[in-house]
Amino acid sequence: MKSRIKISGITALLSFILTGTVAAQIGKPFIHDPSTIMECEGKYYTFGTGGGGLISEDGWTWNGGAVRPGGGAAPDAMKIGDRYLVVYGATGGGLGGGHNGRILTMWNKTLDPQSPDFKYTEAILVAQSDGIEDNDAIDPGLLLDPTDGRLWCCYGTYFGFIRLIELDPKTGKRMEGNKAIDIAIDCEATDLEYRDGWYYLLGTHGTCCDGANSTYNIVVGRSRNVTGPYLDNMGRDMLTGGGKMVLAAGGRVMGPGHFGRVILEDGVEKMSCHFEADLDQSGRSTLGIRPLLWKNGWPVAGENIKEGTYEIESERRGYALELVVDFVRMAGGMRGFGRNANEPIKPVPSQELADVIDTWPTGNIGVRIGDYMTRPHQKWTITAAPDSSGYLGAPYYKIVIAGTERALAATADAEVITVPEFTGAPEQLWRIDQLTDGTYRIMPKVVPNSDKKLALISIGDSTPTLAEFDMSSDNSKWNFRAH
Amino acid sequence: MNNKLKTLSLAVVAVIFTGLGLHAQTVPSGRQMDDPTKRDTVRSIAAYFIPATKSKKTPDSQGFIQRWLLLEPIDKPNRSNTVFTDSYIREAFTTVYFPNQFTALPKDGEKVKVGEQELTWHALESKKFNVKLFRFAYGLNKQVYGVLFWAVTVVNSPQEMKNVRMAVGSNSASMWWLNGEEAVILSGDRRMVMDDCVSPRLTLNKGKNIIRGAVINGPGMSDFCVRFLDEKGEPIKDITISCE
Repeated sequence: MKSRIKISGITALLSFILTGTVAAQIGKPFIHDPSTIMECEGKYYTFGTGGGGLISEDGWTWNGGAVRPGGGAAPDAMKIGDRYLVVYGATGGGLGGGHNGRILTMWNKTLDPQSPDFKYTEAILVAQSDGIEDNDAIDPGLLLDPTDGRLWCCYGTYFGFIRLIELDPKTGKRMEGNKAIDIAIDCEATDLEYRDGWYYLLGTHGTCCDGANSTYNIVVGRSRNVTGPYLDNMGRDMLTGGGKMVLAAGGRVMGPGHFGRVILEDGVEKMSCHFEADLDQSGRSTLGIRPLLWKNGWPVAGENIKEGTYEIESERRGYALELVVDFVRMAGGMRGFGRNANEPIKPVPSQELADVIDTWPTGNIGVRIGDYMTRPHQKWTITAAPDSSGYLGAPYYKIVIAGTERALAATADAEVITVPEFTGAPEQLWRIDQLTDGTYRIMPKVVPNSDKKLALISIGDSTPTLAEFDMSSDNSKWNFRAH
Repeated sequence: MNNKLKTLSLAVVAVIFTGLGLHAQTVPSGRQMDDPTKRDTVRSIAAYFIPATKSKKTPDSQGFIQRWLLLEPIDKPNRSNTVFTDSYIREAFTTVYFPNQFTALPKDGEKVKVGEQELTWHALESKKFNVKLFRFAYGLNKQVYGVLFWAVTVVNSPQEMKNVRMAVGSNSASMWWLNGEEAVILSGDRRMVMDDCVSPRLTLNKGKNIIRGAVINGPGMSDFCVRFLDEKGEPIKDITISCE
């Protein structure tokens, strides 16, 4: 079924270039030990080891500029009320050879260094390790328990235990009388999350800080109680080294670590991390943002759609998005019964674009959903938008009929059509988010003359439209199938 | 937090950190000038071990073997664990460091000479499911990084048990033998994870079976855990452990 359409040399080059950047961010997204990504006044922020961090206008192009005093390592951040709480580790982690670490918190009203309100409070010491005990107070992660509003902080590295302490969400101080609890070993960069009655402890296993040879990987255990025990899918306690894989190396990026979770809306979540080495970016440590999926109650990293040619399948019925054009029959028909079974076997060529394109109208062509027959009017080539625009974790995409520049586009009356030539107009750019269940949401960057945020929907088995996204409905979901 | 070593109050030296992520095991072991462990003088293994006795000792509730003869660490400098390839550790673990290394059943207090080092065997029982070699070395005022440990124990089986497997986790690389035969090898820069590597099917003889293991580490926090699994993957607990 070799149905992929040959692409031009320029497109191929573009594809090659973009293939390397689709997995990680663009700009100068170089960071180590990134905090959970924060949104503040329309921009995204993440803080890293050594002070400072990255800022992004759209979530896809990242550059330096975030400001965090205190130096140290591996911060985390959280918005509580109308303030941002930043927590980080000072010294420890083997820095200078010692494990006498300290965890500190501080507040800021804004993360925008240009804002007149930008001012960090004095750092507050909330935990420390003496350099000898089985803990190294570094690599903190925060959880504001949505069930009761209690604020928790996990911290630690390979030097002994990962520990859990409770903080006061009003002050950022350690709760009076709180005693640390050991919840894991063999981790760094832990983070706590809550979902559907489960508390999740995410940690980074493997070897850090060795470029393309770093074996860092992100694992998880879960518990019904925030204090643990955190068990993996095999029932192993993370206190005995347990952990189920969330994200490992893949493609051209190595050593993911330092998990962070961003919930955008129901069914749309992202995870942040750094890759110890992005081979397409000099092997530097680079910010990574992936869709976050939940499978059988476990978090797992999803994938941004890879550039290529696909069937776009509706989750509603399994039909495929296609042009409204005449169905062109392939040669032959049913062979008939009673024929000689020993006749020579020979392949039947697939229907190609050239076989049918002259039967298509040359202007705008409508779009419908039909049973997939591997035909040219059902094959869509998806590439990153040439203007490098994007959203959190991915670029906008250009969607065209394979082998052509006929582009999928939103109309002013909230329908979908194809236009004969891709122009780069915003209604021809598409946001594609992998959803928490592994299916995808497809949204135009804009709907002309509208400020509504609409998605591609199956309004009938065979009829697409643009309407509000509903995670609870298969009408809102699509799959990309490479045949 | 349950196993804090009581230490002297320490003068904490603030270290301004400007590099990136130097908090993993790849940190060179040589940078210990700020290590407060260099300055404390009250050291003990008591928080992690008790002396082995002759009383009947079975594995713990999860089948982990806690009674071991441990040799003080052999000096084996490695600034990074990235060197622990299969071929490296196989050579490191088959090198003869002391006489009868692969055959002797040492006694508590027995000494061996390894190069310029005179090292002592200690018959101990771990208070935890894992044997924290780092704390063993630290508590005895021995070097904790760039080390190679040897461990020996005796498993007494009430009957012959076929198709059992030895399940090991270690920090970092290690190699294990049952009755003189190689059972399982753990290469690479590893953290100790229970059941990380599991041997092929083995037979525990009726009576005594000798387990011998070697663990190597550069800058990591050395430890290991060992248990036997039956054909269903369940821990074997109807055995006893001795050092004789």
